[in-house]
Amino acid sequence: MSTHTPQPDLPPPITSVGVIGWLRTNLFSSWGNTVLTLAAAYVVYLTLPPLIEWALIKAHWLGDSREPCDLEKGGACWVFVSVRFNQFMYGLYPEAQYWRINLAAILLVVLMIPLFIKQFPWKLWLGFFVLFGYPVIAFYLFSGGVLGLEHVETSRWGGLTLTLVLASVGMAASFPLGILLALGRRSSMPIVKSVCVVFIEFWRGVPLITVLFMSSVMLPLFLPEGTNFDKLLRAMIGISLFQSAYMAEVVRSGLQAIPKGQYEAAQAMGLSYWQSMSLIILPQALKLVIPGIVNTFIALFKDTTLVLIIGLFDMLAMIEAALADPKWLGFSIEGLSFAAFVYWIFCFSMSRYSMALERKLHTGHKR
Amino acid sequence: MATDKPTQTSASKVALWRLPAFRAIVFQALLVVAIGAFGYYLLNNTLQNMEQRGITTGFGFLSNAAGFGILQSLIPYDETYTYGRTFFVGLLNTLLVAGLGIFFATFIGFFVGVARLSRNWLVARLATVYIETFRNIPLLLQIMFWYFAVLRPLPLPRQSINMGDTVFLNNRGLFFPRPVAEDGFGLVWLALLAAIIGVAVLARWAHKRQDATGQPFPIYSVGTAVILGLPLLVFLISGAPMHFDYPALKGFNFKGGLEVIPELAALVLALSIYTGAFIAEAVRSGILSVTHGQTEAAFALGLRPQVTLKLVIIPQAMRVIIPQLTSQYLNLTKNSSLATAIGYPDLVSVFAGTTLNQTGQAVEVIAMTMGVYLTISLLISMFMNWYNKRKQLVER
Repeated sequence: MSTHTPQPDLPPPITSVGVIGWLRTNLFSSWGNTVLTLAAAYVVYLTLPPLIEWALIKAHWLGDSREPCDLEKGGACWVFVSVRFNQFMYGLYPEAQYWRINLAAILLVVLMIPLFIKQFPWKLWLGFFVLFGYPVIAFYLFSGGVLGLEHVETSRWGGLTLTLVLASVGMAASFPLGILLALGRRSSMPIVKSVCVVFIEFWRGVPLITVLFMSSVMLPLFLPEGTNFDKLLRAMIGISLFQSAYMAEVVRSGLQAIPKGQYEAAQAMGLSYWQSMSLIILPQALKLVIPGIVNTFIALFKDTTLVLIIGLFDMLAMIEAALADPKWLGFSIEGLSFAAFVYWIFCFSMSRYSMALERKLHTGHKR
Repeated sequence: MATDKPTQTSASKVALWRLPAFRAIVFQALLVVAIGAFGYYLLNNTLQNMEQRGITTGFGFLSNAAGFGILQSLIPYDETYTYGRTFFVGLLNTLLVAGLGIFFATFIGFFVGVARLSRNWLVARLATVYIETFRNIPLLLQIMFWYFAVLRPLPLPRQSINMGDTVFLNNRGLFFPRPVAEDGFGLVWLALLAAIIGVAVLARWAHKRQDATGQPFPIYSVGTAVILGLPLLVFLISGAPMHFDYPALKGFNFKGGLEVIPELAALVLALSIYTGAFIAEAVRSGILSVTHGQTEAAFALGLRPQVTLKLVIIPQAMRVIIPQLTSQYLNLTKNSSLATAIGYPDLVSVFAGTTLNQTGQAVEVIAMTMGVYLTISLLISMFMNWYNKRKQLVER
């Protein structure tokens, strides 16, 4: 008795699988597509090889003078960055005291690591500590004046340190303020609502730079005579108020997306307003708007560069100052590219983290 | 009956401070008092401080002579004009840079947004790289990059980059030939006006006819042809009443022609490249928001791909795109105030910068500057509300 043994399947034609198949479907599926691919490839050919050659292959990396760069042109002179690297990171902070900034940074990283470990039991407490306890420690580390630490005025804080200080204070202050404003804007009390609406629309309607100008020329007028307000603190207040208005609108969009039944159910359970908000509504609403919140944080991080206009020395301002050094004229492309790279790393990783967080917190049905 | 009574009495026994309505009134009264007290405190301090420093309040300073020059002005201006005039010079410069930026950013944004959705892998990747690079670098840094690293190191006027003896590029700016109208050019403007009115009437008629008979009319191609063709025809018939004023090297710089100062060029480049990346994302999200079912339904109804795109996809995508687009336009206008970092004479740099420093009228100057931006943003959000009402999805 012979059983039917089917012939083995023929392999798919070589033109539809593997590298060739992928090329055919993605790059050369039609005449128009082929032309587009060739045009795009030409653009890449024009830009990428010279860029790599300039930035990596022909670049000068080490040294402490500009001579090698002047002798052999055609490549980037990263010596300019490496010579001033400490200034870009720490600003005008006294060199002997760099360890204090490093210590604060290490402390923050050590404190943050458990927050990303799933099994860690005291996340909430640690989170509170990072938000409220750590800033006090960091402030005394930076500023000194206690425990025999030398006092360093805020005008000497600078570089990437200042950028990060401004950004983290701005984030920590604008987030809760934004939530309060959003709740106020959705409140049924007419006066609270209108106060919040006016506040939000005012800050959203003006450019940050006029806010910073205002904080530097008008705050001294507003306060009683003789009050000396720290320049850094003024910038922080300006940035926090400005971003809290944007944060409020993001949170409000989340609040509006929560179905009315959730509000009614919370009331039916006998929860008070604050209980229902903090236990039922906000956890759902904030989860919905994570991308918006992170986008606001990224905008805030980028906006910290504006403090250079009111005379604070953040990283960009340090680089601008270095560009004006008569010994190192003509390296603006290197300096600004380095700044762009640093900012890009921070912003890009924030946006990727928000995507990951969104996927992790997505508890609904995914299609 | 009997059950009603206890609830009534218990309701009347509720302490006053437990009633939500009462608490709301008390809370709001407290808020009003607090804000009022805070405002009074600030006002009091301000008045006292100003008295101390001998600053007089009021807008009288606007009619004093300014006495400083401005790099670029769209209206006649020199040192003898007033501070009030500097306000308008700055405002017009802001509007100029915002207008140019919006034009180029929209162009870049739509192009890159569509490219990112392309089925061509390489094109989509390039668009993604563009968006992710420029979105994540601070705008101020980009402005400084274009200005200090690209435009400043350009050659001196004597060695300028020469494009066919008509366009010159050097570190003082970009120089174009300027078209100068001669007598009789007004006829061309009249022809343009007539063409626009004519096309508007034609469009109405075409719409009505399509509603009545179902016959479409190629209004876009005919309209474009009429609006471009009629003025061109009049221009040629009337003997081309226009000549070009070419830039020429005189002394150390070019004279004549249309000059784009490097500050303006850097600002427009940076603003349009940066905002273009955001607009591209808005365009992408708009197109993705139209589900595939819509396309399939349109094909099932027998619509051709071109018509589907025009009548089904674009109108629905626009509902998502337009609000984001306007908010990006608003951002661009506000971001144009970064001009002050490279010295482009916009409103903030001229009025809230030089004028403020010379007069010391901080409160008035900052209030006027903020007022301009607030007015623009309120006008745009009014337009948005109107648009949203008009385009809202009509649901059951």
